[in-house]
Amino acid sequence: MKKILFAVIPLLVFFGLLLLLFINLSTHSEVLPSPLIGKPVPAFEHPTLYTGELKTQEDFLGQPWLLNVFGSWCPSCQVEHPLVTALANSKQIKVVGLNWKDEPQDAKAWLQRWGDPYHEILVDYEGDTAINLGVYGAPETFLIDANGVIVHKISGVLTPQNIQEQIIPKIKEMQP
Amino acid sequence: MLASIGQFLLILSFTTALALTVLPMLGYARNNASLMQAGRPLAYLLFTLVLTTFVILVSLFVLQDFSVTYVWQHSSLALPLRYRITATWGAHEGSVLMWVTVQALWIAAVARFSQSLNLSQIARVLSVLGIIATGFLAFVLFASNPFEITNPAPLDGRDLNPLLQDFGMIIHPPLLYFGYVGLSVAFALAVAALIGGQIDEKWIRWSRRWTNLAWAFLTVGIILGSWWAYYELGWGGWWFWDPVENASFLPWLAGTALIHVQAVSERKNAFRGWTVLLAIIAFSLCVLGTFLVRSGSITSVHSFAADPFRGIFILALLAIYAGGALTLYAFRVNQLRSRDTINLNSKETLLLANSLIFITATFTILLGTLFPMIFEAVGKKISVGPPYFGLMFFLLMIPMAVLMPLGVQLKWHRDKLSEAIKALSPHFVVAAVATAVSYWGFDGLNLRATAGVFGGYWIASTSLAQWFTHAGQRNAGFVGMTVAHLGVAVFLFGMSMTEHKDTEKDVLMKPGQSIEVGGYDFTFQGVEDLQIENYRARQGTIEVTRDGESVVVLHPQKRVYPKQQQPMTEADIYPGFTQDIYVSLGEQINDQGAWAVRIYLKPFIRWMWFGGLMMMAGAVIALFSRRSLRLEQQQTDQVMKERLGLS
Repeated sequence: MKKILFAVIPLLVFFGLLLLLFINLSTHSEVLPSPLIGKPVPAFEHPTLYTGELKTQEDFLGQPWLLNVFGSWCPSCQVEHPLVTALANSKQIKVVGLNWKDEPQDAKAWLQRWGDPYHEILVDYEGDTAINLGVYGAPETFLIDANGVIVHKISGVLTPQNIQEQIIPKIKEMQP
Repeated sequence: MLASIGQFLLILSFTTALALTVLPMLGYARNNASLMQAGRPLAYLLFTLVLTTFVILVSLFVLQDFSVTYVWQHSSLALPLRYRITATWGAHEGSVLMWVTVQALWIAAVARFSQSLNLSQIARVLSVLGIIATGFLAFVLFASNPFEITNPAPLDGRDLNPLLQDFGMIIHPPLLYFGYVGLSVAFALAVAALIGGQIDEKWIRWSRRWTNLAWAFLTVGIILGSWWAYYELGWGGWWFWDPVENASFLPWLAGTALIHVQAVSERKNAFRGWTVLLAIIAFSLCVLGTFLVRSGSITSVHSFAADPFRGIFILALLAIYAGGALTLYAFRVNQLRSRDTINLNSKETLLLANSLIFITATFTILLGTLFPMIFEAVGKKISVGPPYFGLMFFLLMIPMAVLMPLGVQLKWHRDKLSEAIKALSPHFVVAAVATAVSYWGFDGLNLRATAGVFGGYWIASTSLAQWFTHAGQRNAGFVGMTVAHLGVAVFLFGMSMTEHKDTEKDVLMKPGQSIEVGGYDFTFQGVEDLQIENYRARQGTIEVTRDGESVVVLHPQKRVYPKQQQPMTEADIYPGFTQDIYVSLGEQINDQGAWAVRIYLKPFIRWMWFGGLMMMAGAVIALFSRRSLRLEQQQTDQVMKERLGLS
């Protein structure tokens, strides 16, 4: 009995492993889900970059919008900037920038140099809202619906691919 | 044109491998000598065909033939020649072709250097190796063909991933493949023995040398990978327990268990089943590692394009190789019954303990690597990181370090445990004193570092003493073992020091600003822009002085490769015997030229890699053991006699 056990155990272990690997092939995804999806945007009050006027989440109710976390210190933000610009210019959605942990004059210089496509820019100097949003690193982009509920999140740079495959379809879904 | 020839040769190679699988095995089944004799020439033919195919792929890169999809995806007009050559194995398709090339080389070598095996044995071994080659060639042909054509051809390519434009990357994968594929020889022998239903010490002796060689390649491949990560990734770390690193480490651990058990089973009729099982496990882990890397099943810093079809394909190969071998094992293992009894107080027992420790370590790390997958299967995400691996590995290596000298001390067959312990106890005191001195000399060490340093001294002291008191000839086997074990000591010391006594400072520096770290003054001279070959670099200048005297001027870089738009951190390192000074650039902070700068002092980090190189050297030295050469010669003579009908 013991002998048979020793002979068969390696095979059984291996088949367990094979099953796991097989199941994983179909369930695996690279996407780190955000627990905030389906929840309202955390409450905030930030000044805008140019006028200093204070805005809260309630000022954005009524239409879907895209919140793009960026900073002048972030090289990847520069990489995705042309795409943010294209998206904003296409008028498909309101694009709001969240200027994260940045000196206002640096941010202004950066926007002057690379262009300012944002419909509105909020200054999160202390990084509070970024923490509430669970921002892992800039850039990150949140898609928020007309009721202020987070619909989708992209960690890392926007690419033509994730805009086409994720953002645009979600925007279309939200349109009545 | 050239690509079509490559494609054609690939198909030809596949059929040759298929013939190599079928003909000798058929010959064995029907006891037909001429069919069995077809094995060797087919092996040489296979190698010639595959090597030519590989050379054609390299030529396509050198000639910049962008009509080939794989070429334009991974090179560009601006890519320097040396990286055009290495780009061949820089991505998935080419690296699988390289795997097959190395596999064919090993098969040809086995065919050439197997005079001590009789015909029915070598026929089976070559046939099993043929199965492996067929599987991987099918994988190249049907799931990752490097000769696919893009029409019309683009004018310029996408360039090679900048991380791979580096010397370490030129030699790291080939060496690792030599190791992976080398383990297939031990695997083939195990399976061939199971098919025949018997295994004798001649077989094991023969396969032991191949395993040693494969293990040596694996060791140096892993060291190179670690070294590359250290200077290229810019984090100053040398091992991250990343799934892909684990994928290369798992076969190494199983291989370590295997070479130690082989030492017993080639001398005695013992642990035969265990040797066979370990050989199967070691190679299966190589294939499993390939699966983990190529299928994209696991999130890792090593990003290979994930493709579910490739995942399924490799999984199928794994199921055939390992599943087939283990099924065979289940049916046949009880025929391989070991007849010799093993005395508890003997070298044999300790070597068995060694293999159990290493196989436990293998499965502990395998579990940690697969744990995220188990969770994902039920819909959750977790990641298992250095805290788990570091602690588990540390705990498992304690018995290894403690028992290793005892295993060397105890004699074969039967010995007195109490005498061995008595002989070793002075070294325990030596190691304890040396550890205490180190503790004081390095201003205190934490628990793990103390344990590691103690283990290093303990192994070093006993190994040196055993070297001098060794009765009889110090043959190559003994020399190799001692060198490898001293390598373990050097590694333990280096690793403990570098892990626990390093200094890491992330600072903001303005041009002209100085900062003192670990007795050195670092002065930041600013950053300038350079254009080099196919990239733009922002190069910092940092002057390092000690007590006003210049030590070195370091030039860390931040590179941008325009084609790939990926910023790269190129650290600059001042290597030293007892300490590395490591500087890398973070991000530019403002317009006044201030940068985030990382300054690391890494004590004894070179010792760690040097220890690894000593382990490799030990395995290579042991190949030249006169005892095994003599026994092999005897076997060859025996086989020759049988063939001539003299006995």
